[in-house]
Amino acid sequence: MSIVEQHIDLSMPRISEAGVGDYLALLKPRVMSLVVFTAAVGLFLAPGHLHPVLAITSILCIAVGGGASGALNMALEGDIDALMTRTANRPIPRGRVTPSEAMAFGLTLAFFSVMTLGILVNWIAGALLAFTIFFYVVIYTMWLKRWTAQNIVIGGAAGALPPVVAWAAATGSLSVEPLLLFLIIFFWTPPHFWALALFRNEDYTRAGVPMLPVVAGPDATRLQILLYTVVLVATAVAPWPMGYFDAVYGVTSLILGAGMLGLAINVYRYRTGSIAQRATRKLFAFSIVYLFALFAILLAEVVVKAAMAWIR
Amino acid sequence: MDNEPKPDGIVLTEAQKKRRRERSLAIAWALGILVVLFFAVTLVKGPAVLVRPM
Repeated sequence: MSIVEQHIDLSMPRISEAGVGDYLALLKPRVMSLVVFTAAVGLFLAPGHLHPVLAITSILCIAVGGGASGALNMALEGDIDALMTRTANRPIPRGRVTPSEAMAFGLTLAFFSVMTLGILVNWIAGALLAFTIFFYVVIYTMWLKRWTAQNIVIGGAAGALPPVVAWAAATGSLSVEPLLLFLIIFFWTPPHFWALALFRNEDYTRAGVPMLPVVAGPDATRLQILLYTVVLVATAVAPWPMGYFDAVYGVTSLILGAGMLGLAINVYRYRTGSIAQRATRKLFAFSIVYLFALFAILLAEVVVKAAMAWIR
Repeated sequence: MDNEPKPDGIVLTEAQKKRRRERSLAIAWALGILVVLFFAVTLVKGPAVLVRPM
């Protein structure tokens, strides 16, 4: 049963009452902020000089492309969103925007973001942005999400690509560093979303989405969270001994990783009652801080080095 | 007696007209930004704007 009772009268032509805010909500602004931030880090880390106008163009196109993915995702998931408390307030379940309007909006933004990035910056970046949108909408939303418990593991690749797109925009090529950024976000995604799925288990069960806690149960999910966290922390620290990022990043990554690992161990240990709920929520909240902090350190280092070079 | 002609078809409410105007303005802003963006990049890249690495 849907938790929102919103019916559109089809006997009369429908006049849209959607405001600009409803369309902005389709872009998933919070996800977009993470996309913009990680892309900005990819752009700043890239070697060489990119003209500020082209840098702003690149970030804008990546942001709009990410927003387009969100709109297309919501256009295709109106039925699921209506069943979950977390998403029932989105414009489509509320009846403010129809799925076809969201689809048209998303496709328009996707087209313009990819073409603008390709024409004004370079076509490797444009093609990568198109692939990111395709992967999120077709591979993740249309295929994996309703089919397998590995949905967010594989689908996480789409969320991990923005810094790679940004690097390609800056350099016209790819190298190891953006792939390291990709791997950090890729291995961060499962513990983050499975922690969410643990305390939103009822939502996902009601909507019939085969998230890991729904399919394999909470205990198996807790173990997977712990294992993926170990891989994540190792992946995030590895660029330091490998010589790609320096000691400031390495030590910060170790400290943050210890925090992440400690919280994941708590999620594994505490399995019932309010203490288990708290452990899961803490891990979810800290995982966001963890990713932001890792990328912020990389960004800060680049800015400080540029400032020092300028002073000299 | 009211001599004003009654409009045919659907009449938008004030709320619907307001929302439509807001949406139209947002589209106009977006198109304006796109025009400015292309103009700015043309200035940055010069005549070789279409010459870029594959």
